[in-house]
Amino acid sequence: LEGDRAVVDAMGNRWKARTTLLPDAGLGDLVLIHAGFAISLVDEEEAKETWQLLAQISDFQNTPDKLSG
Amino acid sequence: VNPDIMIDRIQQAQQLMDAACRELAGEINIMEVCGTHTVAIFRSGIRSIVPANLKLLSGPGCPVCVTDQGYVDTVLHLADRDDCLIATYGDMIRVPGRGGSLETRRKRANIRVILSSADALQLARDNPGKIVVFVAVGFETTAPATAVVVKEAAAESLENFCILSGHKLVVPAMRALLSEKNHNIDAFLCPGHVSVIIGYGAFAEIVEDFGLPCVVAGFEPVQIIEGLAEICGQLAAGRPELKSMYGAVVTERGNIAAQNIIDECFEAADGYWRGLGMIERSTLKLKDKYSRFDAFSRFHITETQAEDNTGCQCGQILCGLIDPPQCPLFEKSCTPEAPIGACMVSSEGACAAWFKYRLPRKH
Repeated sequence: LEGDRAVVDAMGNRWKARTTLLPDAGLGDLVLIHAGFAISLVDEEEAKETWQLLAQISDFQNTPDKLSG
Repeated sequence: VNPDIMIDRIQQAQQLMDAACRELAGEINIMEVCGTHTVAIFRSGIRSIVPANLKLLSGPGCPVCVTDQGYVDTVLHLADRDDCLIATYGDMIRVPGRGGSLETRRKRANIRVILSSADALQLARDNPGKIVVFVAVGFETTAPATAVVVKEAAAESLENFCILSGHKLVVPAMRALLSEKNHNIDAFLCPGHVSVIIGYGAFAEIVEDFGLPCVVAGFEPVQIIEGLAEICGQLAAGRPELKSMYGAVVTERGNIAAQNIIDECFEAADGYWRGLGMIERSTLKLKDKYSRFDAFSRFHITETQAEDNTGCQCGQILCGLIDPPQCPLFEKSCTPEAPIGACMVSSEGACAAWFKYRLPRKH
């Protein structure tokens, strides 16, 4: 984080983003990004829940047996 | 997440929804006004588990879909100029207008797909010999990102950058829908990300003036079902309320920094919407002090409403008056591969979602 220029990590992918619209965001905060701009802080528990759900869906989709029944 | 807890929550919401809908006589229409909700509702299969008398409508919530034909034609007109470099979010590329689309102009090599308004500004810095026109579409969620780069362009005195503002405001569109005599909307599932910016308090006027439930929901299937259940419960009890169920992300007042920067650069202006026509004070126009970055004034363009004579029913669909399969073009001449209307172009459009995810209802 340098000024309002940030690098954000989304499940291992790194993106450039701006914190201009979220001046209170600090290093290590979890944020919601829209079109390259952080627009809201995210509750850590909530973010963890979403990531776990995404991981579960991805596991499920990578299991051919389950898809073919 | 414990999957069992998730399933419990879904079942609980479903029971609530079923009980409420049994109590309510006749058809109940809940409209979402957010493209991300449209897709999430289809992808998760929620439509197949809602009660038979509960109908889910996709309203004017997908930025590309609500963009008027006249605006699309203006973008194409600017793309045909040799001095312009067009910077656009990807979903505008295939929207058909007068004489093709941006995609059919790709050989002109003056169209760039960007992910952020900041990329458009950088394009202007990197191409001093061209005028970069940023195709600025979207609701209150993307408008502040546009405002940030307009301010930066001004601070840098970057004269080869301008924006074609097609930014729109959600609440005036909701009011316009409800002011139509033949509307069939009983409640709104309010948009999640727009609410992050404007705050859920912005929908209070809809509840107060029209007596309709307004519930903000997140995008996980469980959050959407709980939102729908809340709405059904309110309707059954006859007590329309304003409620946010999108956790800590959405507050009553929203993101003040983002609202301030919108106010600094833009003012509300009358403007055209696909399907809804002219809506008073529903679009964002750059303020006079930033007019040199306004592509409309820079190129002396007056926005007019263009006639669409393809037979496309996007307008009716956006108002929730018909479902996509009722359009004579749907799946026949209009498909995601060869779209005729904007709602089939954007992956967030109602037509594209119906095309991709349509499943027979269980009833």
